[in-house]
Amino acid sequence: MRLLLREALLSFRRAPLLSALSITTIGFSLYAVGLFALVAVNLREALHTVEQRVEVVAYLLSGTPPETVALASQDITAFPEVQRVTFVSEDEALKRARAELLEFRDAYRDLSVNPLPASLEIQMKEGFRDGAHVSAVAERLKGYGFVDDVRYGREWIEKLDRLRNIAGLVGLTIGLAFAAVAVVIIGVTIRITVLQRAREISIMRLVGATNGFIRGPFLLEGALKGLLGGGVALLLSYGTYLLFRGQSELATSGIVFLDPQHLVLGIVFGVAIGLGGSLVSVGRHLRNV
Amino acid sequence: MIRFAHVFKDYPKGAALKNVSLHVAKGEFVFLTGHSGAGKSTILKLMQGALQPTSGEVRISGFNVADLGATEIPRLRRRLGIVFQDFRLLDDRTAEENIAFALEVTGARADGIPSRVMRVLTQVGLAAKAHAYPQELSGGEQQRVALARALVNDPAIVLADEPTGNLDERATRGVFQLIREINAGGTCVVMATHDLDLVKQTTYRTIELREGSVVFDSGLDETAGELT
Repeated sequence: MRLLLREALLSFRRAPLLSALSITTIGFSLYAVGLFALVAVNLREALHTVEQRVEVVAYLLSGTPPETVALASQDITAFPEVQRVTFVSEDEALKRARAELLEFRDAYRDLSVNPLPASLEIQMKEGFRDGAHVSAVAERLKGYGFVDDVRYGREWIEKLDRLRNIAGLVGLTIGLAFAAVAVVIIGVTIRITVLQRAREISIMRLVGATNGFIRGPFLLEGALKGLLGGGVALLLSYGTYLLFRGQSELATSGIVFLDPQHLVLGIVFGVAIGLGGSLVSVGRHLRNV
Repeated sequence: MIRFAHVFKDYPKGAALKNVSLHVAKGEFVFLTGHSGAGKSTILKLMQGALQPTSGEVRISGFNVADLGATEIPRLRRRLGIVFQDFRLLDDRTAEENIAFALEVTGARADGIPSRVMRVLTQVGLAAKAHAYPQELSGGEQQRVALARALVNDPAIVLADEPTGNLDERATRGVFQLIREINAGGTCVVMATHDLDLVKQTTYRTIELREGSVVFDSGLDETAGELT
C-alpha cells in the first residue's frame, strides 16, 4: 500500500509539469461541464419561478350561492393536479383592479355597479404546470354549471412548454458533448503519462510484477488527477459564479450556485473519469508491452 | 530445465523458428549464436513467456509456455533473470533503487530488501556505486547493475540477449566474466550473442541458428539421448 502511494506520487514529483498540465486539462474540461451545469441550473431555476405563476382562473356567474362555491372549491382542491384554490369575490376583484390597473383607476372609481365577476384561482402542483395538464383542468372546470368562463393563457403556457423542451434538449446535448470531450482529453492526458512510463511498465513485467500490481499506481494517479482536476474546476466555476453575481446591474445578479449534491457529483465524476481514463490507457498498454 | 520440442514460431512476416528442438539441463551454460534474424531473440522470448509457440512445446522451469495464463507469466518471470543489450535501467533511480524496484514490485518483504540489494551489488562489484544514477555509470557498469537486478530474486535461469552488444572490449570481458561466475554458482545461463570471439574463448555448449533452424549444437553428442 505504501509502495502504491509512493509510486503514484513519484509520477507527480518526477514530471511536475506534465502532471500540472494533466490536472489543468482535466480541470478545464470539467470546468466547461461545470459552467454548463451552472447555466442549466440557473435556467431551470428561472423557469421554475415563471412556472409558479401558471394558474387557471374560473370566472363564476354572478349570483352563484357561496355554499355551492365552497363545495366546488373542496372538490377542485381534490384534483390531483391542483395545489391550491383561492376564491376571489367580486368586491375583492374590484379592489385588486383598482390597485393594479392604474390606467383604469378613474373608470373604476365612479362605478355604481361592480362589473367584475367573482372567480376561483387555481394553482397547479409542480410537475403539472404544462399545457396538457392545465387544459385538462380547464376543461373539467367548464363542466361546472356556475362557471362562466375559464382562462389560463394558453399561448403563454405553450410557449413555456416549448422553452422547457428546448432548454432540456439543448442542455442534454451540450452537457453530453462537454462530458465526452472531457473524457477524451483526460484519456489522452493519462495515455501520455502511461507512454512516458512505458519503460517502467516493461521492466515491471520483465521482473515478474503482476498486472494488478502494475495497474495500481496508474489508477491511483489517475484518480488523484481526477480529484485535483475536479477541485480546479470547482474553484473556476465558483470564481465565475462570484464574478457574475457581483454584476448587480446585470440580470444575472440573482443567480444560484450548484448545490452540494451536484458538487459532490462533479468531484466523483472527475475521479471516475480519471480512473476510467487510466484503466483504458494502462489496459491497452499492458497488452502491447 | 528448458525443453523445446518441435517448436515452430510464425510472425506475420514469415517463419521465425522452424522445428526447433533442444534441451538445456540444470546449471548448464549455452550460447545461442547466429546472424541477426536467425531466431536467437525469438527463442529467448519464448523462454520468458513473452511469445507463445505457433506449434510445438516449450517447457521452462516447470511451466508449459503455451498454457501460461496472465497470472502465471509473472510467476515464471520471478524464476528467471533477464538481461538485454540495452540494460533497461530506469534513469531516474539509482543503481540501488533500480535493483530494489525489482523486489518491491514483486511483493518482497520491505525489511529484507536493503540487505538483498547490497548482496547482489557486492557480487557484481558495484557496492561503492550504489547511489549512482545510470547516466553516471559506464556501459559495463550499467550492465552489471542490470545483472544484479536479474540476480536479486535468486533465479534458476539467467537469459541474456546480447548482453555485451553495446560494450567495448574491456567491459565485455568484465561482464562476460561475471556471467561465467554466475553460472559457476549453479545458475543455468542461456546467452544469445554474435560475438564469436567470446564463444571461442570457452568450451561452453554452442547452439547455432540459421534462418530459424538449429544448424549446429555442440552439446548434441553428449546430450543426444536427452533430445526428443
